[in-house]
Amino acid sequence: MNWDFKNAKELLDLCQEHNMPISEVMIKREMQLGEVSRESIRDRVDKCLRIMNVAVDKAISDPVKSMGGLLGGEANKMRHLDESKRICGSTIYGAIMSALAVAETNASMGVIVAAPTAGSAGVLPAVILSLYENEDISMDTLRRGLVNASAIGYIITRNGSVSGAEAGCQAEVGSACAMAASALVEMMGGTPEQCCNAASVALSNLLGLVCDPVRGLVEVPCQTRNAIGAVGAYTAAQLALADIGINIPLDEMVQITFDVGRALPESLRETAKGGCAIAPTICAMCSKEAALDKARKFM
Amino acid sequence: MSNTYIGMFDIIGPVMVGPSSSHTSGAATIAWMARQIYTGTPNSVKYTLYGSFADTYLGHGTDRALIGGMLGYKPDDIRIRKAYEHARKEGIRVEFETDRETDTGHPNTVDILMNNEIGHELLIRGVSVGGGRVRIRRINDIDVDFTGEYSTLLIGHLDKTGTIAFITNLLAEHKVNIATLRLFREAKGKNAFTVIETDSFIPEDLKEAILQHESVSSVDLIEI
Repeated sequence: MNWDFKNAKELLDLCQEHNMPISEVMIKREMQLGEVSRESIRDRVDKCLRIMNVAVDKAISDPVKSMGGLLGGEANKMRHLDESKRICGSTIYGAIMSALAVAETNASMGVIVAAPTAGSAGVLPAVILSLYENEDISMDTLRRGLVNASAIGYIITRNGSVSGAEAGCQAEVGSACAMAASALVEMMGGTPEQCCNAASVALSNLLGLVCDPVRGLVEVPCQTRNAIGAVGAYTAAQLALADIGINIPLDEMVQITFDVGRALPESLRETAKGGCAIAPTICAMCSKEAALDKARKFM
Repeated sequence: MSNTYIGMFDIIGPVMVGPSSSHTSGAATIAWMARQIYTGTPNSVKYTLYGSFADTYLGHGTDRALIGGMLGYKPDDIRIRKAYEHARKEGIRVEFETDRETDTGHPNTVDILMNNEIGHELLIRGVSVGGGRVRIRRINDIDVDFTGEYSTLLIGHLDKTGTIAFITNLLAEHKVNIATLRLFREAKGKNAFTVIETDSFIPEDLKEAILQHESVSSVDLIEI
């Protein structure tokens, strides 16, 4: 039995043929291609989940300034937001806070799990850990979520791009959003088709998102983009679970996203030469010399 | 040893010290590979940064990652944050230089020049190609190209007839399967590097056996 697949169609065929969720096909593929046991995969998944959890918690409880000095304390501030001002419900509120937190951990040289990249590392842990904390979700379901997300990330990496320099933020936060949306659907008992529909909608909703980091740093607007990536995953998953979508198969959507990414001008692909990166106010705030000085004094 | 398919933990990973897979994680990996290629312990290291590395290295902790990798720290090692301090303690002098003029063909390029008290000097050029993946592109004056994603044997030798046959025979005897083999040389009959990427574990005594050949000057095993 060959458990490898090249795209979403082949993945869905395997799921249907064997009556398995996406996570199980992905585990079988990993066991086969990596020549590893199910237990060793589970151990590595658990290690990733632990690191993700620390990356969230640390920034909330013990905030530090980022390398470039543009971030620090946002997740903690969200944690202390007055309850009367919380408009999202605890799951999405928690996801927004956690996404901010991982971005802070990343920007201050803490340990994170790239998922699929360091710049977009907040989306997936924020989404699946907040669901785990706020809903009746087992540890095994949480693991399944992470594995499911890796299958979607693999399909995008293989057939499209997860590089901001190549295809904009839609390739980073957009991909993370698609991965997290699919993970949520499986964690909530949805079908493999619904998982792929959620991923497709997630990509389409962030289609065209540019990569425009201020001063070229993974700080602003990356942090808040992680937050919208997390919320976007809930939106796409909720739509897919209700069988509301856009009827564009995931494979087509991955190609469309890649094509749009390559059509973006270079100024909007991680070069810090366009978008938010050239906002006059923020440029004045963080002149090159001031930023370099902050980085030198870091720690 | 890494795998050559895109696996679960290539997507959910690497586990790394932030903030950037290319500017932090990749930088640490390049330096770690350079350290494995250098024989002995360097006491001074000079890094020349090009392109985007030159522009944004401080804000990405690229400098700390490059020092950390030289000290043997993997990309997820939190000691990277205090790499300057650790290098000082280990008696390794570090120096950074930026070069915004030279076009090296890739935006994230670094030259690492290592030296020790007896004047053993070695230059490694590495590029960080995204997602933490890297390539070594130059050793001293010789252009090379390898990734470290396989177990890699790097053999320095004179470009003389029969050297490769000697090496590949030894690999066969040790039941090491070759995935790729490439020869990079200065000029015919001059200094050369043979890079052998293998599918299996490389035993330590194989290194010693290859070193017995009169044309072979160095054998390094690189694993990331």
